[in-house]
Amino acid sequence: MREIALHLMDIAENSAAAEGRNICIEVHEDLQSDLLTASVTDDGRGMDAETAQRVLDPFYTTRTTRKVGLGIPLLKLAAEMSGGGLSLVTEAGKGARVEARFRHSHIDRMPLGDLASTFLALLVSHPKIHWVFIYKGIDKNGNVDNFEFDDTELKNELGDMPITEPEILMFVRGLIEEGIQASALQTTA
Amino acid sequence: MPAIKSLEELKRVREEALQKKKMKAAPGNVQVIVAMGTCGIAAGARDTMKSVLNFIETNSLSGVTVTQTGCIGMCEQEPILQVIFGDQPKVVYGKVNAEVAEQIMKQHVQNGMPVKDYVLPI
Repeated sequence: MREIALHLMDIAENSAAAEGRNICIEVHEDLQSDLLTASVTDDGRGMDAETAQRVLDPFYTTRTTRKVGLGIPLLKLAAEMSGGGLSLVTEAGKGARVEARFRHSHIDRMPLGDLASTFLALLVSHPKIHWVFIYKGIDKNGNVDNFEFDDTELKNELGDMPITEPEILMFVRGLIEEGIQASALQTTA
Repeated sequence: MPAIKSLEELKRVREEALQKKKMKAAPGNVQVIVAMGTCGIAAGARDTMKSVLNFIETNSLSGVTVTQTGCIGMCEQEPILQVIFGDQPKVVYGKVNAEVAEQIMKQHVQNGMPVKDYVLPI
C-alpha cells in the first residue's frame, strides 16, 4: 500500500469488522511541528492486552483463509521508517484507537493519498455505521484549516433513500472532495 | 463545516432522485459487492469501487446497491467484485481494475450479461 489513505481504509475496515457503530478517522498535517498524524477510532469490540500485542505481529490474523494479516504491522513499519511510530490503544469491549505518526518532511514518508476516495468508499459500503471524518491542516505560519464531515445530518435527511442513487452520490462526492480540497495544505500532493 | 452549507440543496437533490428513481430503476434489484480486505485494498479495490460509483453517477443508474465484503480467500485474484443480478446466482469476478469494473457495470449491471472473461470459477 502506497498511500496513508489506503492504510486508513484498511484499519477502518477492521473497525467495521469489530462491529464498531461509530468510527472516526482523523488526519492532522502540521507543518509547524513537522508531523503527520492519522488515526482511526471505533467503539467496536476492542481487544484484550494479549490480542492487542499480537496484532502488531505480521503473522497474526483473524482471517480464517490464510495465516498472515499484515495490515497493522505494515502501517507500523511505514510510520517507523519515517521517524514516527504507531500506537494501539484498546480494551476488550471498549473499542480501539490506532494512531500512526509520521515526520511530515521525512523523505520516506508515504504520501497522504486520496483521502476523499477513501472516505466516500467507506461511507457508501457501510451505510449503517456513523462516520466522522476530520482533516486538519496547519501551515508553516500556523494557519489552521479544518474539514469535518459527520454523516448524521446527511443520513437524517436521506431517510430511506440510498446513498448510491446517482444524484445523491454526486452530491456527497462533491461535498467531500471540495471540503478536503479547500482545506488541504498546498504541500500535499 | 461545509456539511451544513447545503442542507437545502440536499433536500432538493433528494426530491429529484426520488422522482427519477420512480421513472427508471435498474432492472430488478442489482447488488455490487467489492472485496475490501487488506489484500483487496492493496490490490486496488478502492479504484474499483471508485469506478463503480463513477459509472452509477455518469450514467444516472438508479437502484444499484453497492456494498463490501472482507477477504474471501482468493487474494491472488483481487480486486474481486461480485454481482447479484435480480434473482440470478451470484457472479464472482477476479482481477477487476477500474477499466474492467466499468465494463462489468455496463454489460452486467446495466444489461444483465456477465462479462465472461473475468468470471472466476467457484
